[in-house]
Amino acid sequence: MADDDKTVNHDTGVPTKRIGRRSVLKGAAAVAGTAAGSGAITGFPTIWAQNIRDITLLHLGSSYSAIIDIARQATEDLGFTVEMQNSFGDALVNRVATQPNSVDIAELEFWAVRRVYPRGEMRGIDVNRVNQWNNMVPIFTQGTYPDGSQVSRQGTAPFEVQYATGEDTGEFADGPTGWATTIPTVYNADTLGIRPDVIDRPIETWSELLNPEFAGRSAIVDIPSIGIMDAAMAIESRGDITYGDKGNMTREEIDQTVDILIELKRAGHFRAFWSTFDESVNLMASGEVVIQSMWSPAVTAVRTQGINCEYVPLREGYRGWGAGLGLMGHLDGLKLDAAYEYVNWYLSGWQGGFIAKQGYYSAVPETARQFLTEDEWNYWYEGQVAQGDILDPYGNLMETAGNARDGGAFWERMGNIACWNTVMDENRYMVRKWNEFIAA
Amino acid sequence: MRILFRLAPYLQALPLTAILVVFIGIPLTAVVTVSFWDYDDFDLYPDFILFNYIELFTSELTYRLYLATITNALLVWAITLVIGFTVSYFLVFHVKVLLWQIALFLLCTVPFWTSNIIRMISWIPFLGRNGMFNQALMAAGITDEPLDFLLFSDFAVILTYVHLFTLFMIVPIFNSMARIDPALLEAAVDAGAKPWRVVWEVIVPLSKTGIALGSIFVIALVMGDFFVVRIMSGGQSGSVVSAMSNEIALLQYPPAAASAVVLIIIVALMIAAILRLVDVRKELST
Repeated sequence: MADDDKTVNHDTGVPTKRIGRRSVLKGAAAVAGTAAGSGAITGFPTIWAQNIRDITLLHLGSSYSAIIDIARQATEDLGFTVEMQNSFGDALVNRVATQPNSVDIAELEFWAVRRVYPRGEMRGIDVNRVNQWNNMVPIFTQGTYPDGSQVSRQGTAPFEVQYATGEDTGEFADGPTGWATTIPTVYNADTLGIRPDVIDRPIETWSELLNPEFAGRSAIVDIPSIGIMDAAMAIESRGDITYGDKGNMTREEIDQTVDILIELKRAGHFRAFWSTFDESVNLMASGEVVIQSMWSPAVTAVRTQGINCEYVPLREGYRGWGAGLGLMGHLDGLKLDAAYEYVNWYLSGWQGGFIAKQGYYSAVPETARQFLTEDEWNYWYEGQVAQGDILDPYGNLMETAGNARDGGAFWERMGNIACWNTVMDENRYMVRKWNEFIAA
Repeated sequence: MRILFRLAPYLQALPLTAILVVFIGIPLTAVVTVSFWDYDDFDLYPDFILFNYIELFTSELTYRLYLATITNALLVWAITLVIGFTVSYFLVFHVKVLLWQIALFLLCTVPFWTSNIIRMISWIPFLGRNGMFNQALMAAGITDEPLDFLLFSDFAVILTYVHLFTLFMIVPIFNSMARIDPALLEAAVDAGAKPWRVVWEVIVPLSKTGIALGSIFVIALVMGDFFVVRIMSGGQSGSVVSAMSNEIALLQYPPAAASAVVLIIIVALMIAAILRLVDVRKELST
């Protein structure tokens, strides 16, 4: 994929040198200060110069992305304070929706954007003020792959909720406008995790999750909106049901899906249903389970215990997910300017490099690349064999030399998304049926 | 001065009243009120609708969850009662030296010096497919392959409950038994009662208060649990409260509140039934 990106890069002439945000701001402040001192300009620039230090932005996000190290680095580079708070799932969505003034920057997954943005509490983001907008991966900005083919629209595809009709309309636009709802930041492609040391044959389709061969040794995630989609991928792969849209099932499809799951459960097919990251790691590492739904870092966590675990690429494709930064509607004046500065800093590479080392992708890979060693870039983005040990941002071992990333290069993984994380129209009904399945 | 005198009993009752109002009255009123409210994805709408209750009572899931939870409660109650009674009986009537009695009683409480969660989680590696117990069974040649029912099963749930809650049975039963006048037992034996009859007709009736109190603890704890069920069944079983916790996770407070009101009523009825059989107040005062 780097070749594609490099081309884009050369075409748009993006500077490959690291940009020190702080120096830019300092320069601006100095200019403003001089100007104010000379009495040439009064008002805004003076305020900027004096008050920029007093600005505090509160960034609310999920634990995998709203990482305190990123806030610290941003604060250092930008000259104003960025604070971060974590929340999760519906609680995060609820806070943004019902207490919009308690948040400045809301980092929302795309399914959450679909639910929250129409409430009108968030601001359309002027893409002309986002330096890297034209270098974004086209999955987000165009809804296509670099070759022009369309990205799957099953579930909540990022492109569907990417554009707004205006700055304060709270309405989604069908295609590109000058206003973005959120600025994509972190995303990845999810699949099944397996224990290749126990399963000594290739696993190539989602239907293997339901294979009687793994009866009593498989698990799925007990987060209804995600669990049902993993189940649907497997059921469709097995040929039981062909869904109109796995990301937006009809009641009939939900009934059929849950009936199949209950049947499997009663036959003892599942060993467990996990709901936290740690549980999924323990199930796999202890050998209770040999095939299950998993997050990418959980696979790594199993591996660092010296147990072989593979995030196996499957023929039907991946379940994609991602999140973006949204600006709240109450931001104005200097604070709004600071928010734009923050968004630009976010895309300028440091954050992309940081999360790349945890296995997630940046919306502007080329900037992230500047903050990765060549070996790291080749391992995480190019799918190449690591020359040395690959470490996470804190120096913990992620992968030993001589191994390559499961699923391969960026476009091999992100280029094969079958379905996106979502909340269905029939969400309440689905959750009720899911509870019946758990209690069955 | 006189007014103060007349007010005195009210003032004396004030602290308890205040505590009850603040920590029970207000939250309970809030739960009952919200259970009649309407809601959507984000907001609660003050209203008086029965929809939350209708949905609860017309769902087959509710009955299934109550059946599962009550079955668990009764099973755990029966097992902890037998263990609690036996342990207390041994401590009170077989251990003659008071010092030993106290030492052994303290020994029973040792596991409680750690947290509930640690005591629960520690079963997982022990009972797992590659856990110590299965490996020991296989090494001893008792089984050929690991027993899967040991972990992530109803068995694991009941085992954990018993482990966590037996002490709540031991303490009150031990307490009532310790008050039994040994002369009564001697009198029974002198009157020709066999040992079993002494237990059944003297010790059990005189330990009734302890049994009732222990039963209230155990039943209320099991009825209100969701964490043990979720972890030890590997997420494969639900309880009444686990459905409630799912609703809260989805921020659907009104149906969760309705579910809570129904659970409170049912647990209150169960406790009322126990208290009808045993007048705890009367027995405690003697």
